[in-house]
Amino acid sequence: MNDSLKTTPLNKWHRNAGANMADFGGFDMPLWYDTGVKNEHLAVLKSAGLFDTSHMACISVQGETALELINFCFTRDIANLAAGRCVYGAFLDTKGHCIDDAIVYRFSNHRFMVCVNAGMGAAIADHLNANLDGRDVAIKDLSGQLAKVDIQGKNSARILSKLLKDTSQVFDAMPYFSFKGDIDPEQADQVLLADDTKVLVSRSGYTGEFGFEIFISPDNAEKLWLDLLDAGKEYDLTPCGLGARDSLRAGACLPLSHQDIGHFAFANHPWDFALPYSDDKQSFTKNFLGGDSLTNISDPKYTYAFAGDSLRKVNAGENTKVLDQDGNAIGQVLTCATDMGISWLDDKIVSINTPDLPSDIKIKGIACGFVMVDKPLDMGTRLTLEEGKRKISVQLVSDIRPNRTARLALKHFI
Amino acid sequence: MKALDELNFPEDVKYTKDHEWAKLEGDIITIGLSDYAQDQLGEIVFVELPEEGDTFDQEDEFGSVESVKAVSEIYLPVGGEIVAVNEDLEDAPELVNNECYTGGWLVKVKPEDPSQLDGLMDQGAYLDMLKG
Repeated sequence: MNDSLKTTPLNKWHRNAGANMADFGGFDMPLWYDTGVKNEHLAVLKSAGLFDTSHMACISVQGETALELINFCFTRDIANLAAGRCVYGAFLDTKGHCIDDAIVYRFSNHRFMVCVNAGMGAAIADHLNANLDGRDVAIKDLSGQLAKVDIQGKNSARILSKLLKDTSQVFDAMPYFSFKGDIDPEQADQVLLADDTKVLVSRSGYTGEFGFEIFISPDNAEKLWLDLLDAGKEYDLTPCGLGARDSLRAGACLPLSHQDIGHFAFANHPWDFALPYSDDKQSFTKNFLGGDSLTNISDPKYTYAFAGDSLRKVNAGENTKVLDQDGNAIGQVLTCATDMGISWLDDKIVSINTPDLPSDIKIKGIACGFVMVDKPLDMGTRLTLEEGKRKISVQLVSDIRPNRTARLALKHFI
Repeated sequence: MKALDELNFPEDVKYTKDHEWAKLEGDIITIGLSDYAQDQLGEIVFVELPEEGDTFDQEDEFGSVESVKAVSEIYLPVGGEIVAVNEDLEDAPELVNNECYTGGWLVKVKPEDPSQLDGLMDQGAYLDMLKG
């Protein structure tokens, strides 16, 4: 291992488990374990998977005008975000380019947590500080002070419930993108594990499937991981690496920061919901950093989700070309991964979780991801993705993996 | 990812710097991916192979293997004509992971110049290369 890489509290566990490790955002992280990415991907769709996401960074934002500061810097309008709820959005620079995407958690009127990507804690804390503009807000980069474990898949609540001191306190009234507990041990609203360890449990994740993100102190992370694996045995709970996380999020139409979103205008993409558009999509309902630039882009690019005809892929990146039907190069491939849980059935994509599948269907997987092109295109447009000598045929789609579970009510899963 | 001593490198095949193996039987050379290569790639979900009768020069790209995350080209250790392709891989590409030196072979080649095999690495030289 490269000594300059950072590690999470679970690094030793990953290495002992024989995980294939790689540098991700400056952290030594597992890509997959011994049974492979496909098995891990399918485990999340069929039952549940466990992810170490302690490489992600959190920032505490507190003060009378904390809401005002976040609302100026973040793409979502959090004025009406209730305490105990969280929301996905992005931090932009003055050009409207994305510095990082994030989830903002609201504890109270004056206390928030921002969860960003690996290695981005200091950068986003600096960005918030740089935009204080006289506001009295305490911004604290909590990088390394919190660990996070995500349990994702339809059996997540059944497994997690075995570890909670008071299951109903956590699971009653817990819609998608809400949370219980706190990161400050002095606060009143705590969620306790059976051994009185304090955790923050958020009904979110980045797989498109039902599940939870659990924030915990680094000292207690390994015990939580082991206890979850033990509690999950009867459900074949499967440790999952970043490979499965990437193929699951691609199938769920979710962007990877610094790849699908990054130093280009944060607009004209499948994540319009992350911008505070007015009903006619011609303007924004609030003023925010980068917003003016987004309403006046001189050289617009358009990002679309695609699905391939089969599971065949290209390696995404600068060496790719997107060709239209006349063979003109119109852009490049941002992400191309295989969602092993889906297949074409006639002209529709089905997943292993689609009800009433024909008994003879073989789910083989479909290559999917995002392309960025220099002109607007219609859904269904057929394109060729080219990388060197390799070409694959794809079509633009408004969504990829059907029958995802993330948004379904918790009562279906306990 | 496995440590080198957990991987299998038979003595009766030759290896390339691109991690293919080649084994001469009679006048035909069987080609596959080494245990190191399959372990690095992770789970293989698709193998693209040439047609029987296609001819290639030594080190030509003759196909590709895809894992869930990446696509990798594969290069022919010796030039010649493809006389057989492993059709089992169409339905069971994971054979390349599970039986890389047996059921997971890729193609059989009738070499134009069998002496090209002599320029490939034996087990010891290949292990030395992997140990860097």
